[in-house]
This record gives sequence, structure tokens and C-alpha cells, in this order.
Amino acid sequence: MDVIIDALPYLWEGLKVTVYIFVIAIILGFIIGLIMALLRLSPIKILNWIAKIFIDAIRGTPILVQLFFIYFGLNALEFISLDRETAGIITVAVNAGAYFAEIIRAGIQSMDKGQTEAARSLGLTSTQNMRYIILPQAFRRMLPTFTNQAIISLKDTSLLSVIGIADLTQQGQIAIAATFKAFEIWLVVGVMYFIMIYLLSLLSSFLERRFELR
Amino acid sequence: MTMIDVKNLKKSFGKLEVLKDITVEIKEKEVVCVIGASGSGKSTFLRCLNRLEDITDGHVIIDGQDITANDANINIIRQEVGMVFQQFNLFPHKTVIENIILAPMKARGITKDEATKTARELLAKVGLAEKADSYPGSLSGGQKQRVAIARALAMNPKVMLFDEPTSALDPEMVGDVLEVMKQLAKEGMTMVVVTHEMGFAREVSDRVLFIDEGLIAEQNVPDELFNNPQNERTQAFLSKVL
Repeated sequence: MDVIIDALPYLWEGLKVTVYIFVIAIILGFIIGLIMALLRLSPIKILNWIAKIFIDAIRGTPILVQLFFIYFGLNALEFISLDRETAGIITVAVNAGAYFAEIIRAGIQSMDKGQTEAARSLGLTSTQNMRYIILPQAFRRMLPTFTNQAIISLKDTSLLSVIGIADLTQQGQIAIAATFKAFEIWLVVGVMYFIMIYLLSLLSSFLERRFELR
Repeated sequence: MTMIDVKNLKKSFGKLEVLKDITVEIKEKEVVCVIGASGSGKSTFLRCLNRLEDITDGHVIIDGQDITANDANINIIRQEVGMVFQQFNLFPHKTVIENIILAPMKARGITKDEATKTARELLAKVGLAEKADSYPGSLSGGQKQRVAIARALAMNPKVMLFDEPTSALDPEMVGDVLEVMKQLAKEGMTMVVVTHEMGFAREVSDRVLFIDEGLIAEQNVPDELFNNPQNERTQAFLSKVL
């Protein structure tokens, strides 16, 4: 027990880093996903292709390789200099973005064509139709799938420890190096991830109820 | 005065030619019903009038504006052409009043207070004043369609298009919707109604178009068309539906 109490300040610091990276990355990832989804659905071929190549490239490679590419690969170029946290945030954001893009695209495409026809027949522009009619309804439908991706992304942040980011996983390793109590520390680290993810799903069910489709 | 002027309208879906060559003039305040078998092209014809379908060839001129012209601002033109759909197409995430005020606010730039005032008047007119804050999901089909009519009227359009407005309704709901449409016709709205309600066509319309295989096979005042059809195809169609 003492061991855990001694380790808690380390783990607490790591937890804060994990939450910080996750929150920024998931917001950025959502914005990337929304932009890519709209490009993907755009009638302009070239925009379409840009989004398709981006999505395929990210989905077709492991996140660890993406992390190494962004942190070591890009930093090997003379004109780029990314610190660990920035590289980590970019990796998780870009990775989540590709998956969000497909979720959002599918959500938009699943909408009844009649909604768009009604909006356009009233004189609303296609942008207004997206903003006021299609996206608000599509987002409600997508919420459970969003939560899924957010959970995956939160867990993905633990990979960032390999480039030395002091997240919860990294701080766990440091605590073990100091205490030699692998069983207890990893158990506590696991419980901390579990609680974060549990809170995330509670938030999601709350939002689902709040925005229930009537 | 001519409100809708359709000249040599053609519409194909790929190789399938749905509208072959349609020319018709509809005057201001005229109520025109469009009848015909399913697949005859009557709904496609209606949807070409506000360019929900891209027009393959020919011209559609609404109140002097050619909606098929390259420089036509279709969003502005659509503000003047209300449309009511078979499936209502209300916005399920918005209340009845929000459904009605959205387009006047966003497309016409009317203030919320003013749009709400107009919306309440229109709801009273279609007999649904007490449903302003309900969501569409809690309304019956007939109520939904009356809200949809109010929503289209809120833009204060010059023309109203109805695409089989009562076909998705339970029989006991049809009367309320037709009543609202009759009232609208009486007030002098220019209306084009694709319908299977021959009673409505006979009673309310000034002219009936019978569309068959992408052409207007016959058109006349309702009494003549229903009692004394000239075209064989019209006779065959009417003998089935009447």
C-alpha cells in the first residue's frame, strides 16, 4: 500500500499529461475528420482524392510507425523541428482524424435525401443545409461511434511513452524503476486508464440522452 | 400573366428519357393538377420546376426568370417556389415552429421575432397553433403535412408545388390536408399539384394535365377532361382510377 501511495504523485503527473494530450488531440482529430469528410463528399475530384489518399494512408499504417515517422522522420528534415509532445499530439490527432472522417462521411451519407431536398427547396444553400439540417442530425447518430474512436485514441496515447513523453504509462515505468513493484504499479495504471474510459462512456451516454432524436 | 412557362422540357436519367418534350404555360393564380400513371414522369416534371432535378434540355421560366440559365441563382428562385413532398420531409431535430422559421431567417434574413409571428399565424391557418413547440415525431401524418405546407408558405412564395401530398396519409387524414390546399387555392396561390385525388382535381383545379410516357397527352378544364376525354390513353387511365 505504501508503495502505491509513494508512486501516486508520479502517476498523477502522468495522468495529467495523458488527459492534456488526449483532449487536444481528439479536438484536433475531430476537426481534421470533419474537413476530410467534407472533402471526401465534395463534387470536386481533386479534393476528393486528397481526402481519400489521406484516409487510406493513415488507416493502412500502424500508429507506432506514424509516430516514428512524425517524430524521427519529419525531425530529420532540416526545416522541421517538433518537440515530443507536439509530435505525439499530431500523431494521435491525425490518426483519429482519418477514422473520424470515415465515420462522419458515412453518417452524412446515411441521411434521408428528402431532408436535403426540403432544405434546398426552401432556398437554403448547400452550406446552410449541411450546417442546420444534415450535420446536427448526423452527429447525433454518430455519437456512439465517436465514443468508440475516442476510447481507442485515449488508449493510443499510451504508445507515446516510447518517444519519452511523460504520460501515465511512462510515469508508471518510472515509478517501477524506483520501487521495483511491477505488479502493483501496472495494476494501478490500468485502473486509472479504466476510470478515464469509464468517465468517457458516461459522458457519451449523457450526451446521447441529451440529444436524443425525437 | 404567365407565372410558369415551360418550353420543350426534356429530362433523361442516363439513357432513360423520362420527359420527352413538355411545353406548358401556367398563369398567375391558376391551379393545375397533374395526373397520370406511376412512372409517367409527372413527379419528375414537378421536380424540374424548381430544379430539384437537373434539366436535360429546354427552359423553365418562373415569373420571368429562366431557372435553366447558367447565371440563374437557383437559391433565390427557390425562395419563390414552395414545395410540399409526399413524405413531408420535416426536420425531425427541430420543433414545429423552428421548422417553419429556419428558412425565412437564414435565406431571407428576416428577424426571429418577425419570422415567429408569421409562423404562428400560418400554424393557426392550418389548424395547428397548439403544436408550435412539438417535435415532428409526435405528430400524425396529416398534421406533419399541414406543418410542411405552413413551412413552405412561410417563405411567402409565388408558386406552390405539391408532389402527391396526400399519398402517404391514412385516409382519414386526407381531408384536412385537402381543406388547407383548397383554402390556399381560393386565396389565389398559383399551384401545381401532382395528385391521385381525382375529386380534388375535379373540384379545385382550373386545368388538369394528363401526362403519359413523358408527354402531356391531354389537358383541359376538369369537367371536360374527366367527362369527355379525347385521348385513348386518358380514357384508359380514367377508367382505371375513377
